[in-house]
Amino acid sequence: MTWWQRLRNTERVEAQLDAELRFDYDQRVAANIRAGMSESEARRAACLVFGGMEQVKEECRDARGTRWLHDLWQDFRYALRTLRQNPGFAAVAILTLALGSGATTVMFTVIDSVLLKPLPYPQPDRLVTLNEATEKYGDTFRLSYPDFIDCKRDSRSLASMAAWSYGGGTVSKPGAAEYVASREMSSEAFSVLGVTLVQGRAFLPAEDRLGAPPVAIVSSRLWQQRYAGSPSAIGAPLVFDGRPYTIVGVAPAGFQLDGEADLFTPLGQDTDPRMQNREAHFLPVVARLRPGATLAAAQNDLAPIGHRLAQQYPKSNAGFGFKVHPLLEAAVAGVRPMLLLLLGAVSLVLLIACINVASLLLARAVSRERELALRVALGAGRGRLARHALTESAVLALAGVALGILLAAFGVRPFVAFWPGALPRSAEVHLDWRVLLFALAVSLLCGILFGLAPALRAPVRELEQTLRAGARSMPGGSRRLHSGFVISQIAIAVVLLVVAGTLARALLRLSSLDPGINVRNVLVARVALAPRVLANPAQTRAAWNDVLDRARAVPGVKSVALADIIPMRAGENALGYWTTPAAPPLNQAPISLASGVTPEYLKVMGIPLRKGRFFTDQDRTGNEFTVVIDEVLAQHAFGQTEPVGKRLFVQAMGPTTVVGVVGHVRHWGIANDDQAPIRDQLYYPFAQVPDPLMPLFSRVMSMAVRTGVTPLSVVEPLRRALRGTGGDQSLYEVRTMEQLASGSLARQRFLMLLFGIFAGLALLLACIGIYGVLSYLTSQRVPEFGVRMAIGASARDVIRLVLRQSVGMVFVGIALGILVALAAGSLLERLATGTRPTEPLTFAAMVSVLAIAALFASFLPARRASRIDPMSALRQE
Amino acid sequence: MGEKKDVWQGTLALMVLKTLDVLGPQHGYGIARRIEQISENLLAVNQGTLYPVLIKLEQEGSITSNWGTSDNNRRAKFYTLTKSGRKQLQAESRHWRQTTAIIDRFFAPEKAL
Repeated sequence: MTWWQRLRNTERVEAQLDAELRFDYDQRVAANIRAGMSESEARRAACLVFGGMEQVKEECRDARGTRWLHDLWQDFRYALRTLRQNPGFAAVAILTLALGSGATTVMFTVIDSVLLKPLPYPQPDRLVTLNEATEKYGDTFRLSYPDFIDCKRDSRSLASMAAWSYGGGTVSKPGAAEYVASREMSSEAFSVLGVTLVQGRAFLPAEDRLGAPPVAIVSSRLWQQRYAGSPSAIGAPLVFDGRPYTIVGVAPAGFQLDGEADLFTPLGQDTDPRMQNREAHFLPVVARLRPGATLAAAQNDLAPIGHRLAQQYPKSNAGFGFKVHPLLEAAVAGVRPMLLLLLGAVSLVLLIACINVASLLLARAVSRERELALRVALGAGRGRLARHALTESAVLALAGVALGILLAAFGVRPFVAFWPGALPRSAEVHLDWRVLLFALAVSLLCGILFGLAPALRAPVRELEQTLRAGARSMPGGSRRLHSGFVISQIAIAVVLLVVAGTLARALLRLSSLDPGINVRNVLVARVALAPRVLANPAQTRAAWNDVLDRARAVPGVKSVALADIIPMRAGENALGYWTTPAAPPLNQAPISLASGVTPEYLKVMGIPLRKGRFFTDQDRTGNEFTVVIDEVLAQHAFGQTEPVGKRLFVQAMGPTTVVGVVGHVRHWGIANDDQAPIRDQLYYPFAQVPDPLMPLFSRVMSMAVRTGVTPLSVVEPLRRALRGTGGDQSLYEVRTMEQLASGSLARQRFLMLLFGIFAGLALLLACIGIYGVLSYLTSQRVPEFGVRMAIGASARDVIRLVLRQSVGMVFVGIALGILVALAAGSLLERLATGTRPTEPLTFAAMVSVLAIAALFASFLPARRASRIDPMSALRQE
Repeated sequence: MGEKKDVWQGTLALMVLKTLDVLGPQHGYGIARRIEQISENLLAVNQGTLYPVLIKLEQEGSITSNWGTSDNNRRAKFYTLTKSGRKQLQAESRHWRQTTAIIDRFFAPEKAL
């Protein structure tokens, strides 16, 4: 029999053992009788040799080697029985643990899927991204197309490199016209990532250049929707932004290049002037390291290429170099600190939960001291008792964590959906065996953590004293341990409360900041023009004017404007500027946000005009180039002198005249604008954008509408009005400015909400902990209080006595908590802009909340102690 | 009866194996009796020692057990030596002879004196 069979057939094994031994015994008795003894004598003699049936059986059971399993099973059933006797205790403990471990499991699931798991490509650790960097602004620059081509040609350490750019347009054939997100990509994009197409092929190098036949790769979604997933789609025609394309491939479902797209076209075919411009940094680049090449080797390899380009093209490339980052790191860099902060917070909650259960268990262990002493007296070993206590806490921990996993399974999706902005790799977030392993480890850790104190308390010495003294004795060590539990709970609660309070204050302060525009009743949306007008700049301009006229005619619309960038929404355009005709190299020029707008923009957005004028219809091509600057740029460029009428030399525009100064707009979001590297802002007339740039601008232009009614109520009328004569003009990404403004505080709000929940939970748990421990400590002192009251102490004296004990613990806990909170504050300041590390008011408010709650929790047991009847208390002794 | 000696630690297993080798399949009582007889009743086999040894030997694979019928028609558990048990017995008895030979040599000169 294997040990497993033996374990499973315990009863049969026991019966067989019994039969075997009984046979032996009977044989002996029979032999003795044969030898001439009387029956009773024979039995006595046999017993003497045998030495006791039960002892023999015990020896045999030990010999089987499955003893520990039997004991475990026994402990397990015993633990279940004790827990069932105390359903209240069990429920509180399990629920506490479930909340703590559930929150921790959710955070770990997200961290595991987003930060830890390798990207879903072959050999993902070889994938890197490339940026261009200057000393002043860091590696925030994407690559320009000529730089990308040079880098690809000259690099030795990178096996392959691909660039791509964002885009979008209208697919009008086959099927109805629809705006889709698209990407232009160099021919190597799929091979660099190691992605195979489900149908057809990737772009050929020969197709990745000007004048090559227009080819396209479609997403699986588009393929299913417009070609019914048929293989005959390869070679089929497709009309995108009015141009006919031939489909050569289908991308796998879920394929992403920084978000999903439905159409991919060769980057090299793009005729836009920015493709030839080394100053246009717009291409994200992904590359694969050559086998054996390290990140450092790649960095060293690219440095001379950067130097050479800087010498060769000083005007555009001086001061620029290349910087390599692992792709995974670059993809998740934005969310890593926040995820880790949240993991820290939930771990604290879990820790409080464990401490809570530990103090509950310890209190019970102390009151069960007599029972334990009795067991020792009956022959139980210390190890056996400790094992028993640990089993009980392990059962609690397992039950709690199992429930926690269940909570996490339901909680992960809402958490991801609630994440402010886009969580990278969010589609990959799900519970898997790694998470289960983590949860199992957590539960074991919890079990040991809070089971250890009671386990180590198993009495061995002074047994008879314990037995005689009864349950009322209270060793000092256990009292210290209890105080330690309360103190650490309070300290942790202080930390979480202070962080939550700091975030709340920051949010309040930020919400009251002026965004620089009047966000009420403004609607913004991107407009996809009818594809056929994009080929001809004159027609494009006419189409835009038509859009403005049509929108203005919609009832409820007060004024309409166009703009290429919208405050507090992703997508920026920044240009270098200077005040003298002799231009410095680009990397030394100050940089300003630059927005091409139509004359009514100021009115629509409600931006205050400080000096001069805003644009009129006269500011158009052919007339003098004009710009309007904001007060920040005015201060930087002109200081105290009058800016209106001055010349400003803007990158890619040349000399312009400043005609007005307007208020600063918190473009980077209400919270982030103060810290943004680029705060200067300038506006130029959309009508002065030169013809060659019209197609590019037309792809990114947005419409802003000020309404006299609720802005969302005009969305449908606007959509209908703008459909155009061909019915192929559409609105997309429709938002109100209020949505964008509140979205710019989403991170602060998200953190505040979560920390609010954590802090509330911590406060509740800490109060339960204080209440439990004090009730317990007080009940241990009932006889003492009885004596005190018998010799004249008043109820108030007793209350004071109990409260003094708790005030001491609360005070130490708060002091410790404040120290940790100070350290946490500076960390928080870096993560959520707008928070300040030390705010005495917040500290004071949060600490008093905690102190009041803690005192209330300790007042209940204190009052109970004051109401005991001295006579009965004394009789208990 | 009080003069009987307990079996020395570790030698009981060897005795059990040898008994099974000589007698063939045998139940626990039979093994105990045989050891007592061979020792001419100088050894007392404690059941609390014998049965755990039988369990250990079975777990190690040196012996197997089957339920059968005893001489007096009662169901009893019979132990049989396995192939590996026989090998173990050979190795152990060689080892035992060596040990006793060495011990003998230690005591021989003293006798000679």
